Amino acid sequence: MGRYIVRRMIQFIPVFFGATFLIFALVFAIPGDPIRALAGEKHLPQTVIDTLNERYHLDQPLWKQYGIYISNVFHGDFGIDFRGRPVADLMKQRLPVTIRLAGLAFLFEVVIGIGAGILAGVRKGKFIDYLVLISTLIVIAIPVFVSAFLAQIIFGVKLGWFPVSGVRDGWMSYVLPALVLGAVSLAYIARLQRASLDENLRADYVRTATSKGLSRRRVVGIHALRNSLIPVVTFLAIDLGALMGGAIITETIFNLPGIGRAVFEGVQRQEGTVVVGIATFMIIVYMIANLLADILYGVLDPRIRYD
Amino acid sequence: MVKNSLDNADSLGGQALDPAAPLLEVENLHVEFRIEDGVVKAVNGLSYTLHEHETLAILGESGSGKSVSAQAVMGILDTPPGFVTAGQANFRGVDLLKVSEEVMAKQVRGQKVAMIFQDALTALNPVFTVGWQIAEMLRKHRGMSKKEAKEQAIELMERVKIPDARDRVNAYPHEFSGGMRQRAMIAMALSLDPDVLIADEPTTALDVTVQAQIMELLHDLQQETGMGLILITHDLGVVAEVCDRVVVMYAGEIMEDGDITDVYHHPAHPYTLGLMDSIPRSDKHTDRLSPIQGAPPDLLNIPSGCPFHPRCPFVRPRCSEDSPVLSDIGRDGHESGCFYWEEVERDR
Amino acid sequence: MSDDPLYRDSSIEGSSPDAATVEGAVEKGDRSQFAMGTAVPSEMVVDIEKMAERNARTASLWTDAYRQLRRKPIFIISAVLIIIMIVMAAFPILFTRIDPRACNLSDSLLAPSSEHWFGTDLQGCDYYSRTIHGARVSITIGLVVTLFATSIALVGGSTAGYYGGRVDTVIARLTDIMFVIPFILGGIVILSLFPTRGVAQVSLVLIILGWATMLRLVRSSVMSVKSSDYVDAARAMGGSNFRIITKHVLPNSLAPVIVYATITVGAVISAEAALSFLGVGLQLPAISWGLMIATAQHRILTSPHLLLFPGLFLSVTVFSFILMGDALRDALDPKLR
Repeated sequence: MGRYIVRRMIQFIPVFFGATFLIFALVFAIPGDPIRALAGEKHLPQTVIDTLNERYHLDQPLWKQYGIYISNVFHGDFGIDFRGRPVADLMKQRLPVTIRLAGLAFLFEVVIGIGAGILAGVRKGKFIDYLVLISTLIVIAIPVFVSAFLAQIIFGVKLGWFPVSGVRDGWMSYVLPALVLGAVSLAYIARLQRASLDENLRADYVRTATSKGLSRRRVVGIHALRNSLIPVVTFLAIDLGALMGGAIITETIFNLPGIGRAVFEGVQRQEGTVVVGIATFMIIVYMIANLLADILYGVLDPRIRYD
Repeated sequence: MVKNSLDNADSLGGQALDPAAPLLEVENLHVEFRIEDGVVKAVNGLSYTLHEHETLAILGESGSGKSVSAQAVMGILDTPPGFVTAGQANFRGVDLLKVSEEVMAKQVRGQKVAMIFQDALTALNPVFTVGWQIAEMLRKHRGMSKKEAKEQAIELMERVKIPDARDRVNAYPHEFSGGMRQRAMIAMALSLDPDVLIADEPTTALDVTVQAQIMELLHDLQQETGMGLILITHDLGVVAEVCDRVVVMYAGEIMEDGDITDVYHHPAHPYTLGLMDSIPRSDKHTDRLSPIQGAPPDLLNIPSGCPFHPRCPFVRPRCSEDSPVLSDIGRDGHESGCFYWEEVERDR
Repeated sequence: MSDDPLYRDSSIEGSSPDAATVEGAVEKGDRSQFAMGTAVPSEMVVDIEKMAERNARTASLWTDAYRQLRRKPIFIISAVLIIIMIVMAAFPILFTRIDPRACNLSDSLLAPSSEHWFGTDLQGCDYYSRTIHGARVSITIGLVVTLFATSIALVGGSTAGYYGGRVDTVIARLTDIMFVIPFILGGIVILSLFPTRGVAQVSLVLIILGWATMLRLVRSSVMSVKSSDYVDAARAMGGSNFRIITKHVLPNSLAPVIVYATITVGAVISAEAALSFLGVGLQLPAISWGLMIATAQHRILTSPHLLLFPGLFLSVTVFSFILMGDALRDALDPKLR
C-alpha cells in the first residue's frame, strides 16, 4: 500500500509542475510587456509597474520567472496584486466562505446523492428508480447558472425560504448556493451509485453470499454495497477538490465573497497576478484531492494495492 | 466425522424431516427463463436422487441446464427472469421449492445444502478477506464471536489443505492462486457441515494438475463427512474417478443416467455415445476424433420430440414426434431416454 | 468539478464512468479464463480466423443495438429533439422570419405577446427570433469541439493504450496536466488572452480543455480491448500494428467513446453558455444563449422571460444529447445484454 501511494505521488510531480507552469506561462508569456498586457486598458502608475517588474522578475527568462514564482509558492507567497497586497492575504480572507459553501454542498451530495442512488439501485425498474433517473437527468441538463437563477427566483424571492445574496444570514446564506453548487454532482453521484449497485447486485459473489444463507439485507447492505461504493467514493474525493477549486459561478451569482469570485473579479479587473496566484492554489488543492482519491481507491479496493 | 442423519434439527420451517427419505430427491423439475425474445426452457423434467455418501455427476454441455437446476434447488435462481414452473426438490422429504425464503436462508442454505461455484475469483467477494468470508457463516449462523469464528476459519482452511492458513486467513481472494481459492471456497461451504454439497464446475477454471487435487480433496472430504456430493461438469474425465452415478443432460432433459462405470463402458444413448467418441482416450487408439454433428440446441426453440434428434446418427421418424421417456435398461438402475437404446448398445 | 460541465455528465456508469474506475478496472486486468472441457469438441472447433475477424461480431453489436434502439422511447425522443435543434441551427428561417437584429428601441423589454412570442429584450429585438438563432452557435460549437476533441482522443488514446510503455507515460502525464486544471478556471484564464472571441476561438479553447477526459476514456477502453484474445490472434496472424489498431482494437473500443462523445456535445454546449455568461466566451454581437442569459441576469424579476426562454432552450438541447447518450449506452453496453 505504501508503495502504491509513493508511486502515485511521484507521478504527480511532473503533473504539478506542468500544470502550474502552463497557467503561469499563459499569463506571463505573452509577447510584449506582460504587465501592460495584464493591466489591459487600465493605466498603472509607473511605481506599480516597477514593483511588479521587480517582484515577478520580468527581466528574467520565463523559466526562471516560473522557478522563482513556484519556490515562492512553496513558502506561501502567491504573488501580489496591483496594489501591492499579497494575494495570499486575499485568499486567507476569502477561503473560509468557499470552504463553508463547498463543505455544505459536499454534505448534500453525500447524503442525498448516495441515498437516492441506493434507493434506485435496489428498487430497479420501480417507480423510485425512474423518478431518480429522470430527475437527475433534468438536473444535469440544466446549466448551473440557469438553475442558480431559478433557485433564486423560486426559493429565494417567491417563496422567501432562503436568502439569495451575501453571507449575512449565517449558515442559511449558504443553503441555496450549496444546493445549486452540489446539484449536478449530486445527480451524477446518484446515477453512479445506482449503476454501481445494480452492477454489483448481478455479480457472482452476490450469488455466493445468498447461497451461504445470509439474509437479503446483509447481502445487499454489506456485500454489494461495500463494493458499489468504490467508484462513488473515489468520485466524491475528486469532486471535493473541484468544489473547493472554485464555485466561481455560484459565488458570483449568489454574491458570496469566496475565492471563486475572487478569481472572477481578478479576470474582470484584469489583475492577472491575482488570477495566477489563486489559480495556482486551486490547482494544488485539486491535485491533492486527486491524490487522496487515488489513495482512497487503494484503501477501498484491495485488488489494486499490490502490483 | 461421521454424519449421523439424526444430528441435525429435525424440521424445516415446521415440516418434519424424514431421516429415512433420500438426502435429496429432485422430481420432474422444470425451469424456464422469460426473456424479451421468448421463453427459454432451461430445465425440462429433471429427476434424480442423492443419498448420503453418494457422489452424483450431472454431465452436460453449456446450456444443458445443469447449473440452472442446481440454482433452482438452492433457491438462488435469478427470479425474474427465471421461474420454476414445476417439480419438487425434496430434502429428506421436505420440498425446498415450497419452503419460504426466510427458512431457506436461516436453515437450509449453507447449513443443509451448500454450493461451490466455478470461478472462485468472482465467486468470492473481492473486498473482504478470505478469513472474514469463511468466518461470516459461523458468526451469522452459529453466533460465534469474531475471535472464535476466525480460529474456526483457520481450522477449516487447514482442513482443505491451504498452507500457512494462519497467515492466509487475512489475505484477499485475489492474492490466492486458483487452486487455493477453490479450496477456500470449499472451506467456506463446509463450515456448517452441510448434508449436501453441490459443486458447480469446481475445476473448470483450473489447471489440470490442480483439478486432480481438488477432486481428490472433495472426495476425501465426502468420505469423512458422509455428505452427498453433486458434481456438475462438462468434463467426462474429471468425474470418472470420483463419482458413483452420473446423469447426462441435454437441452434441459436427462438423456441417460446410471452407475458411472456402466454408463461410460456401455453408453445406451446416442448422445452419451457421441460424447465418449469425441474425446481422446488412452485406452482406445483412433486416428480421428469424431465430434457430434450439428450445433447445440437453440433453447428458445427446442427441437420437437427428442431434443437431440437433429444431431443423432440413429435418428428415426419417431424421434421428432414423441418425447423420450426414461426406461430402465437393467444393470443397477441404468436408464436411457433413447427409444432405440438397444441399437446404440449393440453398435458399441 | 461541479462547475465543470465537461466532467458533469450522466456518462457510462458501470462500464466506464470516471477515469479512476476505468483505470482501476484495467489495472485489475480482469480476465476470466474458461478452460474448455473435453466433452464436446464439435462446438469448440476454434477457428482462429473467426476469432480474429471479430468485426463480424462488432457489426452485430451495432445492428443489434440499432434494432434495440429503434424501439426505445428515450432514443426516439432524444433523436427527435436533436434533429429539431440541428435543423434550427442550420435553417433558422424555418422557425422564424423575423430578423433577430432588427431591433426597435421603443419596443424594449416587452413581455411575451402574440406579436412577439417571447417578448423583446433590452434593445427591443424580437426574443423568439434571437432564441431560435442562438441555436446555431451552440450546436456548431458543440459538434465541432466534440469532433476535434474525439479525434485527438482517438489518436492519442489508442496510441497510449496500445503501445504502453514510455509513449503511454508521456501521453498519460500530459493528459493529467490538462485534467488537473479546473475547467471553468482554465476557460477563464485562456479565453481572457484572446482579444476577440468568436466561434473559432471559443471552440479552440474548449477543444484544448476537453480532449483530456475523452483521451483517458479511449486509452482505458483500448487497454482493456488490447488484452483480448482476438487481438492476440490478429497479432499471431501477422499484420502491422497500425492495421491491428484500426481494424480490430478501435472498432471494439468504440462503444463507450460514442456514448461519451454524444454526452460531450451536450456538455460543450453547456460549457460555452457558461463561459459566455461569465463574459469570457462569445462576445456581442454574437447571438448566444449564454450571452442572452448574462444580459438577463440583472432583470430576472422584472422580465423573467429574458432568462426563461434561452434557459429553456439551452436545457432542452443539453438534455437531448445526454438522453441520447443514455440510450446509446443502454444499447451498447454488453453487460446489459
